[in-house]
Amino acid sequence: MAIGIKKVARPRKMSFPEALYLVEIVKGLGVTMRHILGNIVRQEGIKTIEYPEVRRVMPPRFRGRHRLMKRQNGAPRCVACFCCPTACPAKCITIVAGESPDPAVEKYPVRFDIDMLRCVFCGLCVEACPVDAIRMDTGWFTPPDDTREKLIFTIETLLEK
Amino acid sequence: MPNLTIDGLAVGVPEGTTILAAAKQVGIHIPHYCYHTHLSIAGNCRMCLVEVEKFPKLQTACSTVVTEGMVVRTDTEKVRKAVTGVLEFLLIHHPIDCPICDQAGECGLQDYYMVYGLHRSRYALEDKVHKKKVQDIGGQIVLDAERCILCSRCVRFLDEVTGTRELNFFQRGDHSEISIFPGRPLDNNYTGNLADICPVGALTSKDFRFKCRVWLLKGVESICTGCARGCNIAAHFKGDILYRYKPRVNDAVNRAWMCDFGRLEYKKANDARLLAPFVREGGREKSASWGAIVPQVALELSRAVEREGADAVAVIASPQSSNEELYLVRRIAADRLGTKNLAFTHRTPGDGFSDDLLVLADKNPNSRGAKLLGIPDGEAFDALIGKIAAGRIRALLLFGNVLGAFTEGETAGLLSKVPFIAQVGTNTGPVSKAAHAVLPSASFAERGGTFTNHAGRVQRFHAGFPPRGKAKNVIELLCDLANGLGADWTFTGERSVFRALSETETPFRGMTYESVGAFGQEAAR
Repeated sequence: MAIGIKKVARPRKMSFPEALYLVEIVKGLGVTMRHILGNIVRQEGIKTIEYPEVRRVMPPRFRGRHRLMKRQNGAPRCVACFCCPTACPAKCITIVAGESPDPAVEKYPVRFDIDMLRCVFCGLCVEACPVDAIRMDTGWFTPPDDTREKLIFTIETLLEK
Repeated sequence: MPNLTIDGLAVGVPEGTTILAAAKQVGIHIPHYCYHTHLSIAGNCRMCLVEVEKFPKLQTACSTVVTEGMVVRTDTEKVRKAVTGVLEFLLIHHPIDCPICDQAGECGLQDYYMVYGLHRSRYALEDKVHKKKVQDIGGQIVLDAERCILCSRCVRFLDEVTGTRELNFFQRGDHSEISIFPGRPLDNNYTGNLADICPVGALTSKDFRFKCRVWLLKGVESICTGCARGCNIAAHFKGDILYRYKPRVNDAVNRAWMCDFGRLEYKKANDARLLAPFVREGGREKSASWGAIVPQVALELSRAVEREGADAVAVIASPQSSNEELYLVRRIAADRLGTKNLAFTHRTPGDGFSDDLLVLADKNPNSRGAKLLGIPDGEAFDALIGKIAAGRIRALLLFGNVLGAFTEGETAGLLSKVPFIAQVGTNTGPVSKAAHAVLPSASFAERGGTFTNHAGRVQRFHAGFPPRGKAKNVIELLCDLANGLGADWTFTGERSVFRALSETETPFRGMTYESVGAFGQEAAR
């Protein structure tokens, strides 16, 4: 495509009363007052919620904080197959596999860390898991914390929920 | 020389070639489990069935020898249906525990299922025959009888290669399984190969067990540094950590095998590494920068030459170094320091064990190369140690992590007689505890070059990843040192050194990295 010049219409120069913005300010205050009065009269219509005391109900497919599932005996269901770190686009899952004390299980995660600061909450780990060991159905956002280390969730934290 | 056509492609092969081998020559892959290039033909997995014109039934490609005018089809519906059927039978009792199986990712069952299977099991899960899982059968091997497809590769390997015959088939029908004889575990030096040749996850490595998933590993062509045989290997690593070795096929050296000792050699590049240069002043380690430590070593060496003469300076080379590095070491000793005190020793602590298959008594990859490059062994080394013991060596440039076969105490005693020792090495050990300047060097997985094996075969090894920590490539380090001693070397990388070496050194004359290739080249005698 050839490069050319296109003339764009400039905004019209404002007249003096318009440049004072007096009418517009009054109009704007009118909108504000309408909302204040409306909310005082009908409080159930307020859109904001008082987080974290009140939490929004998340839709069922919302991808929130991860949790690791447990077996009936309380051991992690995860078999450390490395499918989730392989699928993870953010490379935020670190697994160290080991020989399980339960011979029927064989392989289990000695370490299972998720770096919540790296996670992009895409849910591919959940998709990849062959044993339904990892889920993102807690309905929780990752709570904030004051150091980076605390936001690398270990297997203990992930098994809690 | 029979001529035949496979899937319409004409191919001429020598008398006695099988259809499977002939197909490989024209790039047609015929699925197989029991066939192995370096074992006898068993023909029991039935995966390699092909249609041959004028034969009423399908033939096993691995055991059918080609004849003149044969017409083979591997891509017909009949073949596909048969192979799919065979695979369904092989998978009938399979536990499908891929998530916890170390073979997953390089498993023959997974690979062929994606091509020929993709079926749902017609066999109820609760009807599957269960066998014993996680059996430690000795050596480096864990046996999972449930995953086995009874291809008999392991049985043939132990029969034909090691001759120890520890594994065999037991039971009949559905209950057939491989196992050791009661109370007689695997007892040979080549058990690790069983994990390599097992096409499924029945025999897996104890050492590699659960360490890493194979699809996360990268491989680099390398040479085992465990002994003078120079087995061709692929070194598998993730990031800068080595995880395992797999033998590469080289019929002139190791065929398709490697020993169990060599298989664990990778650990030396992971553990107890020297990662940053340091100097020892008054018995205390003080970290140093590369910019300061190399000129300091050069200064100490040249000062000793000036004050006490060239005979007061010595260089001990290492047969763990590559040909390129040894060539530069010799040139530094001869041209820069002007000393005749240059020697190496093939002796190492605990060496001497050998067997009649691959393991050699000399536990260094490049003793032969050092000799061919004119660095003396044996008496010259003993004479040099005599001089050190007599306190006549005032400055020593020492390569390697150990001093011959001396114990830690003996090494410390000998080295305490030298006022200045500079070590170029990869691992902490008796030498790094005594040296006054420690220059950490790249391991065999972090640098490239060539080794000359016991038979004089020059073989290349390649760098997998950059040197760990602050370790430096030895060639780079030696160039800096030589230039600090007044040379003007401009070598960049091992290739340029090899070019210089092949011009002047008679045994290597005319060699290039291209002529060495993937399988090595014999040095002139």
